[in-house]
Amino acid sequence: MFDVQALRNEFPILKREVHGRPLIYLDNAATSQKPRSVIEAECHYYEVMNANIHRGVHTLSQEATDAFEGARDKVRDFLNARQREEIIFTRGATEAINLVAHSWGRSQLKPGDEILVSEMEHHANIVPWQMLCEATGAVLKVIPIDERGALVAGAVASLINPRTRLVGITQVSNALGTVNPVAEIIRLAHQVGAVVLLDGAQAVPHMAVDVTALDCDFYVFSGHKLYGPTGIGVLYGKRSLLEKMPPYQGGGDMISQVTFRKTTYNQLPYKFEAGTPHIAGVVGLGAAIDFVLSVGLKAIAAHEDRLLTYATQQAEGFEGLKIIGTVPGKASILSFVLKGVHPHDIGTILDSEGVAIRTGHHCAMPVMDHYGVPATARASFALYNTAEEVDALFGALRRVEELFLK
Amino acid sequence: MSDLRDLYQEVIFDHNRHPRNFGPLVGANRHADGFNPLCGDRLTLNLQVQDGVIQDVRFEGSGCAISTASASLMTEALKGKTEAEATVLFEGFHHMVMGEKTTVDLGKLAVLAGVSEFPARVKCASLAWHTLNAALKNESDPVSTE
Ligand SMILES: Cc1ncc(COP(=O)(O)O)c(C=O)c1O
Repeated sequence: MFDVQALRNEFPILKREVHGRPLIYLDNAATSQKPRSVIEAECHYYEVMNANIHRGVHTLSQEATDAFEGARDKVRDFLNARQREEIIFTRGATEAINLVAHSWGRSQLKPGDEILVSEMEHHANIVPWQMLCEATGAVLKVIPIDERGALVAGAVASLINPRTRLVGITQVSNALGTVNPVAEIIRLAHQVGAVVLLDGAQAVPHMAVDVTALDCDFYVFSGHKLYGPTGIGVLYGKRSLLEKMPPYQGGGDMISQVTFRKTTYNQLPYKFEAGTPHIAGVVGLGAAIDFVLSVGLKAIAAHEDRLLTYATQQAEGFEGLKIIGTVPGKASILSFVLKGVHPHDIGTILDSEGVAIRTGHHCAMPVMDHYGVPATARASFALYNTAEEVDALFGALRRVEELFLK
Repeated sequence: MSDLRDLYQEVIFDHNRHPRNFGPLVGANRHADGFNPLCGDRLTLNLQVQDGVIQDVRFEGSGCAISTASASLMTEALKGKTEAEATVLFEGFHHMVMGEKTTVDLGKLAVLAGVSEFPARVKCASLAWHTLNAALKNESDPVSTE
């Protein structure tokens, strides 16, 4: 049974107060809080087995290597990748996308080739492709979104063409909550021989992902939005693609043999993991995956859906409030603007009531431009949030109204 | 935390709702754009400076209550000031919002002192002033005011 109170007890930070009020943390799309098991896994790693990996014969190094590689197996299972060699650890979703843009992109693209992204992408899935286009002469094309925040119907099919080499698209939008029809996009892209990179940063905390069933070519996510540590993320890539890609960074661990005449590279996945990695972070990510699976992604999604539905009902009854992103079946993100009050002021007033939300452009400036707003306020829900917290959010919004509009 | 009312004083609401000196400025000879990438606030500042004296100043743009009120109050404070006096005000204002002591008489601008207790909002209050600094530095670059 999904017992939210019991789950809340697993998150030490939820006991703290902010400005003398209980913390109500509704900024989960930016980063989620960490359960004790994740904090303890990192701590345990440092207290008991800290050593460098893949290089020592001593006991600690062996144990650290086992913990690190054990987490890789957990990620493989979590994404249902075919092989552990297809799981590359990075600093986060951002670095994973940059890795693909740099390594795959620069070795594959020529002038006139096209990269297709959507208007709702996070800057992390825009800027690396712009840089790649600048370097290679490829052209960036954009799938537009409609008023609800969905991809314009038919736009993907009409934009994909034989020049399209890569489609980079978010599975769930961080600014709108929109869940994209990625299976269909992958099918269309593959018809013209393009590869697809899915940005799963917002998806993995809310839904089970099966990269084999999806048949995507690359998949990226960050640990810290999945109740795991910051500074660690994952790139999944199909082995056939990864094998052909040149290394991203050079250094230790990614080589097989180094002479000044010639250096040969290590095999997958190490070819893409130069230098000492964030070992504790990887161990923590493994613990986060264990945690999420123990709660169950279906139960998490159902709980968050209930919260979103409840919050949306209240939002719709709130005078002057406009929800930004109204596609049915959204993930647990409620982005909104309030007539006459800038989101930044909303953020400060809510904070004084202990309510943490995000205000700003959410690293998705093109989405703000689309809606003609400089910024939005965004509440995003996680497995530990409650209906009472949604009430508190709207109570605090009433206070904003009192201060500003009376 | 410090009271929200220290930050959001009536004067600030007033200037937010009815910004003074808002709109384009015909005959401006100093100009700068300010942008706060954190929150998306944008501000355009136009000044008409003659013989080192700020004859007129107007601003345009969109921002939060703090940045709008700060820009509005700034334009009021600047009219008739010399560039040297404006620079002194800029420094005094900067010290005030950073929570540091200042001997500069800030007049009405003092209603923004509460910002120093809200570190995340210091940039909002400072945007107009940094834009002013840039505008005064761009010397006699003519700006088009269609
Ligand atoms: C959809 C999406 N993509 C990518 C990122 C970038 O993630 P990170 O900053 O962890 O690399 C984020 C984080 O906000 C996101 O929401």
